Amino acid sequence: MRIRAQVAMVMNLDKCIGCHTCSVTCKQTWTNREGTEYVWFNNVETKPGIGYPKHYEDQERWKGGWKLDGRGRLVLRSGGRAKRLSRIFANPDLPTIDDYYEPATFDKDVLVDAPAGLKDTPVKKPYSRLTGEPMSIAWGANWEDSLGGDTADQDPNLRSMTEKVTFEFEKTFMFHLPRICEHCLNPACVSACPSGAMYKREEDGIVLVDQDRCRGWRMCVSACPYKKVYVNHATGKAEKCTLCFPRLEAGQPTICSETCVGRLRYLGILWYDEDAVLAAASAPDEELLDAQRAVFLDPFDPAVQRAARDAGHPDDWIEAATASPVWKLISEYRIALPLHPEYRTLPMVWYVPPLSPVLDAAGAAGRDDTDADDIFHTIQDLRIPVEYLASLFTAGDTEVAGGVLMKLAAMRAYMRARTLDGTVASDLLDGIGMTAEQVEAMYRLLAVAKYDERYVIPAAHARTAAALEDLGGCSLDGEGGPGMGGRVPVTISGRRDR
Amino acid sequence: MSALLWIVLPYTCLAVFVAGHVWRWRHDQFGWTTHTSQLLENRLLRLGSPLFHLGAFGVIGGHAMGLLVPASLTGAVGISEHAYHLVSVTGGTITGVMLVAGLALLIARRFVSGRIRRVTTTMDRILYAALTAMVVLGMSGTVVINLFGDGYDYRETIAVWFRGIFWFRPDPALMTGAPLVFQLHAIGGFLFLALWPFTRLVHVWSAPLAYLWRPYVVYRGRRTPAPAAPPTPAAVRNATRDARHAAPVATVKR
Repeated sequence: MRIRAQVAMVMNLDKCIGCHTCSVTCKQTWTNREGTEYVWFNNVETKPGIGYPKHYEDQERWKGGWKLDGRGRLVLRSGGRAKRLSRIFANPDLPTIDDYYEPATFDKDVLVDAPAGLKDTPVKKPYSRLTGEPMSIAWGANWEDSLGGDTADQDPNLRSMTEKVTFEFEKTFMFHLPRICEHCLNPACVSACPSGAMYKREEDGIVLVDQDRCRGWRMCVSACPYKKVYVNHATGKAEKCTLCFPRLEAGQPTICSETCVGRLRYLGILWYDEDAVLAAASAPDEELLDAQRAVFLDPFDPAVQRAARDAGHPDDWIEAATASPVWKLISEYRIALPLHPEYRTLPMVWYVPPLSPVLDAAGAAGRDDTDADDIFHTIQDLRIPVEYLASLFTAGDTEVAGGVLMKLAAMRAYMRARTLDGTVASDLLDGIGMTAEQVEAMYRLLAVAKYDERYVIPAAHARTAAALEDLGGCSLDGEGGPGMGGRVPVTISGRRDR
Repeated sequence: MSALLWIVLPYTCLAVFVAGHVWRWRHDQFGWTTHTSQLLENRLLRLGSPLFHLGAFGVIGGHAMGLLVPASLTGAVGISEHAYHLVSVTGGTITGVMLVAGLALLIARRFVSGRIRRVTTTMDRILYAALTAMVVLGMSGTVVINLFGDGYDYRETIAVWFRGIFWFRPDPALMTGAPLVFQLHAIGGFLFLALWPFTRLVHVWSAPLAYLWRPYVVYRGRRTPAPAAPPTPAAVRNATRDARHAAPVATVKR
């Protein structure tokens, strides 16, 4: 066993209202620069929908992630090493900017400089940030917001479904899906990087691009099945979500978590066994979820704690792992699920699937959306949306997806009975195989958990940040630094005159 | 004049080539990239880039064969002059045409696509101009003189002079009799080498062959050292909470 720590995230989708605050604060922090206009390390999609970039989940087309070959061995879907190098002059699986969208800006001076007393209101026009020419905006990173854009029926997840989803107003269902880099245990982007510039950090499992070693071969972009590595077209290098490592090191949650209005994000660490990763990623489709859960090590197990200590992990990390909300949601309550486990990258941002589409469906079918039995029946009867959630989170296994929804519905009904009537509905608990204590703790974590319970970020990060402060603070604030005005040097050569 | 062109110029260019690469490697790792623009334009690149690169490999291999292998050596292993000529002219023409077609497509895409035109740097323009000049001169030597013309045996003159540069005994007299096209191509070639380290061509030296052998997933440790005594979790929580609520930090004097 080789024990490693991984900072992981869980998002509770029932609480996401699709406000995009996470996306906006992330963009302001990381990608408000030339060359990354089209880049959203964090984006929020409406599901069903084709997403950002368009159809990114269609791996027949983009060849992202891993698959099992004829002999059951794990291979990158885009092919082996030699094949990848043979395609280095033109990557056939690379999305172009139009698969994301053409970034635009507006000539706001027209409004500012407009003289007083004009007969007609001045109108600002959109201009392309790629060509500088006037353009008409025809797509964006959240064009399908709340089922706008008329593309929801093209969602790749709908293909495998036995029933057709209706897109009539008030008959359909939808929910929001915030996405960041998955910081996978078996990252396809790292594995496809010809330069070896991408790496997984030993301390916390964060996947990063070394900007000095990236040579712009752009194989990471196509290999990532989630399309969360991007080309900066100004620098010619790959960039991606850093899980806000400078913030984590300072003991703070990522900016997307910090500013999440719905408080739906959870951050914590997990222990995992690096030696078990390959076997788990090679499991048959129906066993993938359990196989990945089995890679995580019980933070309360004294043997695991001893192994962590022997591997040089500090005591506060071992302590933080026992308080990890992520461990609770994934392994203890088993209500968090990975996004597309069938990509076989062992993603580390998991999701509590939304119950609201089922509640809506129950209500629409004339059932009582507060009655657990009615909800259970809805989950069993209505293949949509359970089948849809299963195609997102369980590689198509409706039993598992339905089971998680049952737990959420039972928790809801149990807490309702306890709060309103003061009764303990033990039949509900039996149905989902949980104790009253567990359900109440789960309810607390999902509904009322405070900042320190949602974000358990171990102190070793903060120690490093303290060491950095000894270096003299942020160099940006120094005299002549970029924060003091004046030209910001990006690179010695290759800085474009635009 | 002859010494200047055929002795001083080659050595100067080679010195710039070496020193330029050392300087660029040490000071501009961040700029050391292919500068891919496939994201912005894929239709022309999909055809043009493989044609250009594979053509370039053939052309570079052909130059190595013609310039570095002495005629006496090929003669000694029993390759007739006619057979050598046939191989070099056929190979040179095929790879040359690939290179020309690829280069034409890549240049066309710089003009046709507004997105690509916008990201083309001055250095890119210089590089494309230099490449075009080199290819035109080289192809006219191969096609006009050696394929359809009377032919010129560069292996007895240019190749001997070129090898002499590396023995530190270049003989300018060997070059003065060469046809003008070949002379210009040789001078242009050395100037091109001098330009190389300052363009995106540096990505050639980062050809990722090591990828064929390395393990798929790369792990790397954080570079900043971890201090000895860990503070308690409570202390850290308080510290970060204070930091969150504190007023903006004043400028730190270094």
